[in-house]
Amino acid sequence: MAFVELQGLRKHFGTVKAVDGVDLSVTEGELLVILGPSGCGKTTLMRMIAGLERPSAGDVAIGGRAVTDLPPRARSIAMVFQSYALYPHMTVFNNIAFPLRAKGGMSKEELHSKVEWAASILGIQRLLDRKPRQLSGGERQRVALSRALAKEPKLLLLDEPLSNLDAKLRASARDELQRFQRNLGITTIFVTHDQVEALGMGDRIVVMSNGKVMQVGTPRAVYHESATTFVATFLGSPGMNLVEHDDYLLGFRPEQFVPKAAAEHVSQTASFQFKVTRVEYLGADQLAYGVIASSVEDAAVVAKLSSEARVEVRQGEIYEFVVQSSQLRFFDKQTGNRIEPRPMSALSR
Amino acid sequence: MTGGPVARFRYLTDNEKVLGSVFLFPAIAYIVLLVAIPFALAIAFSLANVTVGNTTLSFAGLENFRRILKTPEFRQSLQNTFFFTIVSQAITLVLANALALILSAEFRGKWLARLLIMLPWATPISLGTVGWLWLLDSKFSPIDWVLRYAHLLGSPDAILGIQKNLYYLGNVDLARASIVLVYVWRMLPLSAVILMAGLTAISQDLLDQADVDGAGFWRTLFQIKLPLILPIMAVASLFTLVFTVGDMAVVYVLTRGGPVYYTQILPTWAFIKGIEAGALGEGAATALFLFPVLLAVVFVVLRASQRTEVT
Repeated sequence: MAFVELQGLRKHFGTVKAVDGVDLSVTEGELLVILGPSGCGKTTLMRMIAGLERPSAGDVAIGGRAVTDLPPRARSIAMVFQSYALYPHMTVFNNIAFPLRAKGGMSKEELHSKVEWAASILGIQRLLDRKPRQLSGGERQRVALSRALAKEPKLLLLDEPLSNLDAKLRASARDELQRFQRNLGITTIFVTHDQVEALGMGDRIVVMSNGKVMQVGTPRAVYHESATTFVATFLGSPGMNLVEHDDYLLGFRPEQFVPKAAAEHVSQTASFQFKVTRVEYLGADQLAYGVIASSVEDAAVVAKLSSEARVEVRQGEIYEFVVQSSQLRFFDKQTGNRIEPRPMSALSR
Repeated sequence: MTGGPVARFRYLTDNEKVLGSVFLFPAIAYIVLLVAIPFALAIAFSLANVTVGNTTLSFAGLENFRRILKTPEFRQSLQNTFFFTIVSQAITLVLANALALILSAEFRGKWLARLLIMLPWATPISLGTVGWLWLLDSKFSPIDWVLRYAHLLGSPDAILGIQKNLYYLGNVDLARASIVLVYVWRMLPLSAVILMAGLTAISQDLLDQADVDGAGFWRTLFQIKLPLILPIMAVASLFTLVFTVGDMAVVYVLTRGGPVYYTQILPTWAFIKGIEAGALGEGAATALFLFPVLLAVVFVVLRASQRTEVT
């Protein structure tokens, strides 16, 4: 059963269509990631689910109840903002207790045990007497999460909660966040522009662009079976190579674009003459930038090779590179939508 | 070597020491000439036997203070100063908060409203007070006229009585209320604008968070907004406090301390005693009497506002 149901949701600010007709259902207990570049409308979409923004059109239902016209406090939701929005003048205890007190009807003992419980989930019991300014970034994030959990919301909304953490902390926070979401089984919507977070944590990913949903699917589905050229190029680092060929676009991922010698055991391949113009060493990987000839014009592509690769690539040289036929993707030139595979013969020249 | 007199002159303005002194000079001159010297003079006067007729300074110790403390006018002035200050301060703070909340909301014509609110602050105190003098006039008060028109005054069954006028400045209670009213009218704009700046500075995320956390209007106001603007509120009340304690124009223009001396405050009494009656020493003592108290208040408020969290 769909727990959160969005229908034809729109939000226009003057002539800007921040969210332009979004239909979406979120299953109970899942962690859904909304992924998109800055300005794609993902935060506005989340704010409409929270009730902080009034939709220009469309409906929001949470737990089978229409909440479009209800204020945030009537929606049984909790939200963690990118800035964590901790109340600076309150101790950690009072921060976590705030939503509980606002809800009311709770004895002092009950309030205390609820706060203790919420703090223990994230292991911050020892911080309860501190003020937010005495906390590190990671601790603030935990306090914000504790506060969100304290009132046991039916839906948890997270707006880029990891982007204020440093890179090292982010990896452990990802792991922790995912584990505690699984343990509590709380339906969660997570907004991010970071595909690593999205692919690594999401049960499903919603890819957004220009206020519209481009694709909804599991991390594997959106990565390997991207529905549009936007999704294909937005995901992956670097994104999918797109080569104009005849009347369509041919796509393949940089890590699937390999020297012929490395793919000897594969029978069905498309082969290209790859002229390397630049090699970038990135530690574990190296990126080879270059051009290949296609039937329309020369196209710039990238190959992602392991630094340990047996075949060495050098700037200025021409190599024979191949892509497994099953890994080739085909897109319509005009719409950018994925299309049926074209016959192989047309590819090799 | 590069340099030479031309280059040295050209880079004169890059020399922080030179530029700093040039920029600081007017401020220092202002403070010394118009604040420090009169202040030192006042202290000297308050400790000396000095009158308008005889300005030789002969040290008299605390004689002036002892003498003024004995007079009922002084004690009434001291009491009134506290009364007017505290009451007008309290009313101003409540109204300024309400006004600031209204003005920080989004509505049409917000800029015009803000401009109009600021007007009392922009008018000279004495001029504004003269306007009030007319509004509160014993015979021609427009307020009385409106009350009579509404049959609240001047007829046998009127709530406010059968007389034609309320004599705002002739009745002790009404005169005191009038003075408080003019103080509030005068200080409200500044307070409201300072508080509004404080409210606007609260991050929208915090307010959204409070919204999501289930806080309604009053909870958000008393537990989020007001605590967060507390330091700014302290500064705002400091401004208005110093104004009320130090101002003499309002009382002098409205009542001259009357009826009798029941609305007298320290600044007006100091002026009447020291300048109009010529007892410079006693006037200076009266004016300086509250200085230690004020200094302590300023110190405490500034320390407190510094300690409050503003992350």
